[in-house]
Amino acid sequence: MRYAETGYNLEIDLSSGNIEKVQTDPALTELHLGGLGTNARILWDRVPPETDPLAPENLLIFGTGLLAGTPAPGANRTIVTTYSPQTLLMAYSMMGGFFAPELKYAGYDKVIFSGRSPELVYIWINNDKVEIKDASHLQGKGVVETEELIKQELEDQDAQVASIGLAGENNVYYASVEHARSSASRAGIGAVMGSKNLKAVAVRGTKDLNIARPEKFIELCNEVLDYIQWRADNPVQHVPPILAGLGSPQEMAIHDEAWHTTAFSWGNARYRRKEFWTEEVEDEWFRVQDGAVQRLISCYNCPMKCGAIIAYPTLELSKYMMKCYSKLTYVMGAMADNLEFGFRIAGLAQGYGVDSYTAPQVMAFAIELYENGILTDEDLPDFPADNEGRFFYLLEKIVRREGIGDVLANGVYWAARQIGGGAEAYDSNTIKKHEQIPIKLGMLNPVFFLMHSTGEKINITQIEGQLPQAPFPEKEDREEFVKDWFQAPSENIKDFFVKWEPRGEYAFPYFPDFQTACELVEWQETMHYIDDTTGICAGLSSFPIKPPYHIHNLPTLISAGTGLDIDKDELWNKIIKRNRCLLRAINTRRGLRRKDDRPPEDHWKKRFPEHEAKLLDEYYKFKGWNSEGIPTRETLRSLDLDHVGEDLEKRGIYDDGQKDEDS
Amino acid sequence: MMGKKTKTVKVINIDLEKCNGCRACEMICSAFHASEKYSSNNPARSRIRMIRRPLEDIYLPIYAGEYTAAECMGRDKYVIDGKEYDECDFCRASCPSREAFKEPDSGLPLKCDMCEDDPPQEEPLCVKWCLSDALTYEIREEEVEDEEEEEQKDLTQKEMERSIKALADRYGLDKVANSMARLLKKE
Ligand code: SF4
Ligand code: SF4
Ligand code: SF4
Repeated sequence: MRYAETGYNLEIDLSSGNIEKVQTDPALTELHLGGLGTNARILWDRVPPETDPLAPENLLIFGTGLLAGTPAPGANRTIVTTYSPQTLLMAYSMMGGFFAPELKYAGYDKVIFSGRSPELVYIWINNDKVEIKDASHLQGKGVVETEELIKQELEDQDAQVASIGLAGENNVYYASVEHARSSASRAGIGAVMGSKNLKAVAVRGTKDLNIARPEKFIELCNEVLDYIQWRADNPVQHVPPILAGLGSPQEMAIHDEAWHTTAFSWGNARYRRKEFWTEEVEDEWFRVQDGAVQRLISCYNCPMKCGAIIAYPTLELSKYMMKCYSKLTYVMGAMADNLEFGFRIAGLAQGYGVDSYTAPQVMAFAIELYENGILTDEDLPDFPADNEGRFFYLLEKIVRREGIGDVLANGVYWAARQIGGGAEAYDSNTIKKHEQIPIKLGMLNPVFFLMHSTGEKINITQIEGQLPQAPFPEKEDREEFVKDWFQAPSENIKDFFVKWEPRGEYAFPYFPDFQTACELVEWQETMHYIDDTTGICAGLSSFPIKPPYHIHNLPTLISAGTGLDIDKDELWNKIIKRNRCLLRAINTRRGLRRKDDRPPEDHWKKRFPEHEAKLLDEYYKFKGWNSEGIPTRETLRSLDLDHVGEDLEKRGIYDDGQKDEDS
Repeated sequence: MMGKKTKTVKVINIDLEKCNGCRACEMICSAFHASEKYSSNNPARSRIRMIRRPLEDIYLPIYAGEYTAAECMGRDKYVIDGKEYDECDFCRASCPSREAFKEPDSGLPLKCDMCEDDPPQEEPLCVKWCLSDALTYEIREEEVEDEEEEEQKDLTQKEMERSIKALADRYGLDKVANSMARLLKKE
């Protein structure tokens, strides 16, 4: 009997229509756990590095987290993995909601799509019965409508649906896969789904999911619930309200946006508006949000209510579900001061299925090019005069790949190079060809420098977490903070926090020492990698400060759920390190090198090139990677990944690095 | 002569406004009732069912009540605050007209037993796991006439009777009797 996982994957070849239920190898679970870990392994084993992301040979993997569907609160993530058409590297994006548990109850850990369907289709997985169904009537439909139509057609309101909109159908490089109140948005996974002519996946399951050591498992779950309740009454002090509680940032419940609107940049990640948040704005935004949010909603088996049903009288479509800070990304990108615009365009954009981080930045970039004469009225016929109008205009062009939209649909990096004429200079906020959170700061932060530069997710929110983003000015407050900070992995990290000052000897950039900086990065990243394998939501685990899941209870939870015996050392230093190095190797094989490991040029005003180079050197060493950021053969061998090292060697990738260094 | 005596009434209060649709109630009910407690879970076996239609703002937890052999003569359909509920949405019965409240494999009826347990649970599990307080629990004492009470059968016996009745309804009494006879012979 298999525990926590089902032990089966569903393989669907869309070219031939062949469907197979395949038993998985338990040894792979022991090596990689599930979710991202085994997804990465499949990608490494089965998709050659030369593969064009939009070609039929690419795989699209919907992998459930190892604990998804078990009683562990918030364990509901689907990890979607493929090669990205935008970054050309591995893309993985997680979605919450209800899809992963339902897939487990249907009897599968993953659905793996290969090939390309000759016609637009959707998949209906109903326990053992799996069908490929015609989706021609769904072509061009928005995701909310698609989901509703499919449920009606299947006569099953309990079916869970993940789908793409027009953007995915048209292979927009930042098209998302949308499901209920969640989405797998980053790096163009929706485009890959579109390239396979796959409109949607619907799933319904009514089978049991087993737990190896039920008594222990439920005891840990109860502790997690108790702590969630305790934290609700005990928010973290000295941080903005949006970061004080658990869950994804509580954008739907909290209307205080002082922090996002004044600390993040507006437009094409350009302008800080430190004076933006006034009492008047607050009153008005409160009124708008209160009118728009109909109900706060959760993902499967989670009490946090990070999402909301949005119903607004002026909406083009009747209702949709929203999460996180997509209500602000369009507002800030368009330099629009009105939140209502945010709710309107976010609803429309979500229906089309685009990433709400990237899309507004591409549009803001296009407006800058227009204002600077690089794009002209010829490129943008009948371009409206106001930014809000322009955003609606650009959105329609992009999702249809119409006119200039065909170029903008590739994201800022590629569009800048295709447009030329100086457009590259306006590509100010990408890492590895991918749009980043619009934050511009003063003093280099060595820990964030490493996380921005080296993260394989290419998105800071999926690497950072648990550590307050700035030092508390008062020493007593810092000492108070660490008193019940049992989540910290070591005394060294607590010491760092107590010492850490806004300025002086114990301030950035030369504090902390290299070793501590590396430890801080590795801890934060490791916690995300654990979540990405278990499918526990980062909002209860790796992301917020003082979360209910942490490095001291997760190994026991995973062991009790699966029946494996994993302690902290095995989890952190073996399994997660193995997954981390495997991802690095996958991207190395796709061409990633040290030169790509860098933050956006203007992320910090004060930069320290020598110190930064040293930081990278030390971090690579700490990780067991060579000076090009490639995991060494010894490192890979020690992680039971010798075949990976062998492959890198055969391809001459280690010599490559060497040559670059010599030249 | 008839005397008075007190009876314990267990109530789960349901506040639809507070429900966030997380289905923790379904999950934990099914886990609690697994044959080794919490050894498996499967919301399809739950004795509480979430009727969820997010875009219509319909979030309705319904508890499994009595098994019924035949569906109702008529159907009811509610509209509340402009929200249209489906036929039978509010009904608690395990009924031939629908899938809800039946074991997914055997089709045997499910019924909420208020998490009866020995020693007793502090509160029903669905209530405990509903941190949003959409479900809350209350016990109160009521005075009732001390009539001759129906003999208290133990719980398993009641469940057995219900299951056999359901099987008989489904496959015919003859067939069930035959199978039983065959089984007994084997032993
Ligand atoms: S914390 Fe929020 S985003 Fe995470 S599972 Fe819970 S409701 Fe979903
Ligand atoms: S646990 Fe509570 S909030 Fe969640 S679905 Fe059930 S009744 Fe609603
Ligand atoms: S009271 Fe117990 S048996 Fe009844 S629905 Fe809730 S968890 Fe299930």
